[in-house]
Amino acid sequence: MALKTEHMVLNMGPQHPSTHGVLRLELELEGELIKNVIPHIGYLHRCFEKHAEAMTYPQVIPYTDRMDYLASMYNNFGYVVTVEKLLGIEVPERVQYIRVIMGELQRIASHMVALGTYGLDLGAFTPFLYLFRDREKILSLFEMTCGARLLYNYMWVGGLSHDIHPDFIRLTKEFVNYYKPNIKELNDLLTFNKIFIERTANIGVLPLDTAINYGITGPNLRGSGLKFDLRKDDPYSIYDRFDFDIPVGKGLMGTVGDCWDRYYVRVLEMEQSLRIIEQAIDQIPEGNVQSAIPKRIKPPKGTVYGRVENPRGELGYFIISDGSTSPFRVKVRAPSFVNLSVLGELCKGHLVSDVVAILGSIDIVLGEVDR
Amino acid sequence: MYEILNNIFGNQAVAWIIAAALPLFVFILPFALFAVWLERKVSAHMQDRLGPMRVGWHGVLQTIADILKLIQKEDIIPAEADKKLFNLAPILVFAGSYAAFAAIPFSSKYIGSNAEVGIFYIIAVSSFVVAGILMGGWASNNKYALLGAMRSAAQIVSYEIPSAIVILTMVMLTGTLSLDKFSQIQTAYFWNWFILGGPGDGLTKFLLIPFMIIGFTILYISTLAEVNRTPFDIPEAESELVAGYHTEYSGMKFAMFFLAEYGNMFAVSAVITLLFFGGYQSPFGYLGNSFNIPWLVPIEQVFWFTFKGIIFVFVQMWLRWTLPRLRVDQLMHVCWKFLIPYSFVNLIIVGIITLFR
Repeated sequence: MALKTEHMVLNMGPQHPSTHGVLRLELELEGELIKNVIPHIGYLHRCFEKHAEAMTYPQVIPYTDRMDYLASMYNNFGYVVTVEKLLGIEVPERVQYIRVIMGELQRIASHMVALGTYGLDLGAFTPFLYLFRDREKILSLFEMTCGARLLYNYMWVGGLSHDIHPDFIRLTKEFVNYYKPNIKELNDLLTFNKIFIERTANIGVLPLDTAINYGITGPNLRGSGLKFDLRKDDPYSIYDRFDFDIPVGKGLMGTVGDCWDRYYVRVLEMEQSLRIIEQAIDQIPEGNVQSAIPKRIKPPKGTVYGRVENPRGELGYFIISDGSTSPFRVKVRAPSFVNLSVLGELCKGHLVSDVVAILGSIDIVLGEVDR
Repeated sequence: MYEILNNIFGNQAVAWIIAAALPLFVFILPFALFAVWLERKVSAHMQDRLGPMRVGWHGVLQTIADILKLIQKEDIIPAEADKKLFNLAPILVFAGSYAAFAAIPFSSKYIGSNAEVGIFYIIAVSSFVVAGILMGGWASNNKYALLGAMRSAAQIVSYEIPSAIVILTMVMLTGTLSLDKFSQIQTAYFWNWFILGGPGDGLTKFLLIPFMIIGFTILYISTLAEVNRTPFDIPEAESELVAGYHTEYSGMKFAMFFLAEYGNMFAVSAVITLLFFGGYQSPFGYLGNSFNIPWLVPIEQVFWFTFKGIIFVFVQMWLRWTLPRLRVDQLMHVCWKFLIPYSFVNLIIVGIITLFR
């Protein structure tokens, strides 16, 4: 007689050290083998989109900070670029340059958290603290510019809340020179560690067609081998002026699109961001950062979709304007939300430990998934 | 130790109790307190932090403060837990690690019990820990704890094989199971340590060196796994299983698991020291002998033994704060496909060399 066996259902989260926030994963296990994964989201839902309907256009900006709280600058960036597109205003050069520098610093800071917590998920504690040590320097730069360390409300429609500090350029250059060699430290300690490679190579392989079908964007898509980056393919702001490469996953340690590739794309992207900052920092023109800020923002009737390359992928804002001072509807295409949808596909047939590795490599921020 | 105490007190029962309790109060507790502090300091300095700084000089009293806090904590037993097993598990785990200290010779004058089968005894009692861990994981009635306990049992049982084979190699080489004799053989200077071929001279000594190093490496790796340290800390993988088998434990019961872990760390380091690094013998001879102060020799021996043990404990910490963790199947892969075959080959080669000695 065959023994009747049942799959064990394990609730991973909402309180769990490595779900990167309040995500609940319902794991169906056979021993430690994953049979099915159902992500349950919504624990951090704060009605951003509904809130936005009651706010005036500039009042929405602080709310965008709170979506992807590890890349607040970039959320501001996406929103203001979209509203400016709706209004049809030109933004001064100085503002453009500062925005790009801030955006790329934010990308590095965000990737630092992603890589550090990824190490943490796999049991390597030290790289996490090394990366946070360096991230601190970026946060100090932000703090001296706008006074905030996490939620900035820095980019305004048509301008910026503050001009940069007189020391900002010198300190940013110092940071770039300091951090460039430090990436090697991370590579020595974690990236090319044999155990780390064993844990990540050939795990959670995301084939390119699946990635496209699910609408994956950002480092996850590039990890699967497609050279797609909105900064190059649909340039916004002044990204077309800079010389930088788009790193893609090549399957150096295993299959193209495995966890290691997704991880390594982020490491390489940090280098490219440093390159952009290096180029931009020398070219900042003089000017007034608030001259183009409209007195009253009342866009004409119509719709607009603006998208930017957030550290996690394509961040899109779809805004419907009814001609009043508040938007009729703001819909956010959150990259984390879209990227999370592929988790079940990736986890099937792996072990419980791999769920942690795969989830970490997708790099989600629950604030953005739930909004 | 028991014999000396028996002579002093003239009463067997009192002598037994004192002999049994001494290692706990003289060594295990202070060492655990020190090791927890050391772990925090080592990790902090490796990570550009300071670690505990407030309680005492550079935070040396931090662990005492922590233990006081843990004693005051409410002792929570989950409603659906199996109470008897739940309460028994930490005691069993602690007893397993504590009992191992009975046979460890800290110096030629201080051995809890100078058993002729010391090393065999240590292998046996340290297996106790598995039962305790399984019990704790099962009784908690928590899925994470259960998974942690299952992983732990599989891991510890598997890794006992390579470590037992390496120990067997050493036993074959020396012809004794007594840990005290192990130390006595590797006497005087460091070139008599087994890691450098052991006492004696000629070709066989040099032939032995590479195989001793292989044996030492295998033993060190498998003891890392036996005490659940990174990269083999899978049973309590915090990012996967929250806290593994002791997820549901709180207060003093948690502290007992904790204490047992640090006690075990030293116990396995002590075994490595005894087998390969001269046990309690000094590497350069004794001050007591050169100045003709006989009572100084045992004290020096205690110092050297603890010093060598702590070096290995330090390496365990160093690894923990450097390496990521392996996956369950990779862990088994390392054990069954690498360590066990290599340790067998090592056993055979050392056996052949011993024949020609």
